[in-house]
Amino acid sequence: MHELSTHAAHHAPPQGVLRKYVFSVDHKVIGKQYYGLGLLAVVIGMVLSWLMRIHLVWPNFAIPGLQWLSSAGAPGGVITPEYYLQLMTMHGTLMVFFVLTNVPFAGFGNYFLPIQIGAEDMAFPRFNMMSFWVTFVGFCVLVAAFFVGDGPPLSGWTAYAPLNAIPRTGPGQATGQTLWAVSIAIFCIGQLLGSLNFITTTLDLRTKGMTLMRMPICTWAWFITSCIGLLAFAVLLPACILLILDRVAGTSFFVPSNLVVSDQLVNHSGGSPLLWQHLFWFFGHPEVYIAILPAAGIVSHILINSYRRPLLSHKVIIYCMIAIGFLSYMVWGHHMFLSGMNPFSALVFSFPTLVITIPATILVLIWIGSLYGANLQINSASLFALGFISMFVSGGVSGFFLAQPSIDVYLHGTYFVVGHFHMVMGVAAIFGMFAGTYFWAPKMFGRMMNETWGKVHFWGTFVGTYCIFMPFHYLGLVGNVRRYSAFVDDYLAPLMPVHRFITIAALITGAFQIVFVINLIYSRFKGAVAPDNPWQGTSLEWATSSPPPWDNFGGRLPVVYHDPYQYGIEGASGDFVMQNSSEQIQTAREDKKLI
Amino acid sequence: MLVWHRRLACAGRCTAEPAVLHGLIMATTLQPPPTVNLPTSLQGVNLRDSDAPSTGIWIGIAAITMTFAAFTSAMLVRQGSANDWRHFAFPIILYFNTAVLLASSLTLQIGKRRFSRLDSKGPSNARPTITALYGTLVLGWTFVFGQYAAWQQLRSEGLYLSSAPSSSFFYVFTVLHALHVIGGLLGLVYVIRKLRGGLLRANTLSAASQYWHFMGLLWLYLLILLRVKI
Repeated sequence: MHELSTHAAHHAPPQGVLRKYVFSVDHKVIGKQYYGLGLLAVVIGMVLSWLMRIHLVWPNFAIPGLQWLSSAGAPGGVITPEYYLQLMTMHGTLMVFFVLTNVPFAGFGNYFLPIQIGAEDMAFPRFNMMSFWVTFVGFCVLVAAFFVGDGPPLSGWTAYAPLNAIPRTGPGQATGQTLWAVSIAIFCIGQLLGSLNFITTTLDLRTKGMTLMRMPICTWAWFITSCIGLLAFAVLLPACILLILDRVAGTSFFVPSNLVVSDQLVNHSGGSPLLWQHLFWFFGHPEVYIAILPAAGIVSHILINSYRRPLLSHKVIIYCMIAIGFLSYMVWGHHMFLSGMNPFSALVFSFPTLVITIPATILVLIWIGSLYGANLQINSASLFALGFISMFVSGGVSGFFLAQPSIDVYLHGTYFVVGHFHMVMGVAAIFGMFAGTYFWAPKMFGRMMNETWGKVHFWGTFVGTYCIFMPFHYLGLVGNVRRYSAFVDDYLAPLMPVHRFITIAALITGAFQIVFVINLIYSRFKGAVAPDNPWQGTSLEWATSSPPPWDNFGGRLPVVYHDPYQYGIEGASGDFVMQNSSEQIQTAREDKKLI
Repeated sequence: MLVWHRRLACAGRCTAEPAVLHGLIMATTLQPPPTVNLPTSLQGVNLRDSDAPSTGIWIGIAAITMTFAAFTSAMLVRQGSANDWRHFAFPIILYFNTAVLLASSLTLQIGKRRFSRLDSKGPSNARPTITALYGTLVLGWTFVFGQYAAWQQLRSEGLYLSSAPSSSFFYVFTVLHALHVIGGLLGLVYVIRKLRGGLLRANTLSAASQYWHFMGLLWLYLLILLRVKI
């Protein structure tokens, strides 16, 4: 490897187990910690979804051991309707905050952003460590809700007012909801610290030759996401502070006058429940892009590598992501078409919602169109990346319908919406996370993951996901309401076979995730030792050893000479030229090469 | 206050930060450069004197601005949502506090100027700079105690956090601003410690003053907002 660089490191690596692995300031350790926390959260979240699905189709089935978690919520192991909602709340909160935000953004971002721009660490390593541990405390506070009082809150992950502000509205609404609000406030602080670090690092610590446009697409995605996150979490935090004050200090920000709950007049007056929705969704919609943009970036990065050619336009992808980030702040009202907002504002929010599909569609067209002339390498990572596109499109298409207020009025309270957001942001981001794992595990752990089991995992998950979430759309269209805990005795009873199919598919798809976890753990210790550049990639993370040394480049900072994706050209190292190779090449600028 | 040190592994640049929230990114301060002298042509961006403290403060300012904008919009919505908005006498001491906070910005600016002269003359007596920074520190704490006096005054009038939406927002705005100011004061303590040790770098001091001036601006905004609405 030809490298023009200098000795830069001048002090010893961190010593001691605690400094090295627990309270480490090394962005790579922090990235893995975020990833591990996300994995733990996703396991809990998935088990919760199983419990819900089982309860939906076999309402009287006693789940062994569940009574120990909550004797009131699941007497004898049978879930009560209230407890169903409590499980739903925790499923949503864990998945959105602690999985979809933690893994593709905070996890992979922390690990790879500094390496990809040729830095030795984040700009503020201490803040970075704080960011993780603050998030971890937030996680513990949230999970603690299972074990105190009468369990977690039942107000859903959106915690609409005034349900969220009044303790006696249901089980879990006392201590549980307070813990929820505190947990989310803490989480916001962690993410603000993280975003601040990401942005500063990207702006100030790029290595020589690493111009902004030479940054890989996923670095761009993390950068844009951190800009979104900085502004979005800065709005959710005030919302949570006001909510906590409403709950513990007797203020009335969100509780309206003359509210009667359980036949008792509520002590607050004059608040605006809609205010909570506005503040929440002003964060909530950008949050969708906080989940999906890093996944889209990771997927683009992987697809280019497996296509062995640049995507149609590097710049257009970046501009599209910026456009999505910008527009994500103008569409929050589309979550509130049914909230009693002025119908004209519904129209106003509908328009940018439709506009935001344009950059998203351009991204999809670039990913698919670039297949032309590609020398596609099929492996677990590229399969999951292609699977991401499939999920993103299938889930995204239903977004066109929901963006129109008149259609949304019918579909909003149904399973159609559940199917939509699970595919377009939930599973799609999870696919991005799987793709990233298969692609980067060799770099992160120094071991290759098993390809065969990776493919088995992919097909099981891919087919399974469609079996789960496609029928949701059908259920929604025929009017199956969401958030109900049972459909046995009403007009929805004829739909039970579909629900049964979904539940079985969910259990089987979940079982396939065990394959992934075993593969990950087994490969971590027993997998084939990974070479430095197993996928013949061009970006800087492949220019260092696997796993990278504590200062990323062993004291030698790389110097960057090329755009990030010089594939499909004869170079010294094969059909690609690495970013830090000083080799003179015929520019493989995508525009010249492809027309 | 927690003070953590860590040198980033770059020639000519080392980083350390305190562990206080937004306020304290200013502390990327730095030890004397190691003896590795590289030809400029070989120096990557990492090897330069980093702008990170200043960038970090700007980004922190963006986040804080967004937070207070969210509170402001919440206030406007809440005021319009019911007829229970209660106007009350604006505590006069807030004007005094405003003057104190603006004066503290002034002393910080004086300190910064003295420090830059110190820099060009080489290491010499840092006493005048430290005096100016102590001025900011004392004025800053005076502001915080002045705010406390304003809260006491409202309490004596029977206006608590939950008494009326206007008093709720008054407390929320002023308390959160005061917390940010305290964060800045802790950062200032850190800066002074570095200065006394002869380890303060100009970019740290300018990041600190950036944050501090922003606190003053934010307070001016809050003063006008509260004066108009309360």
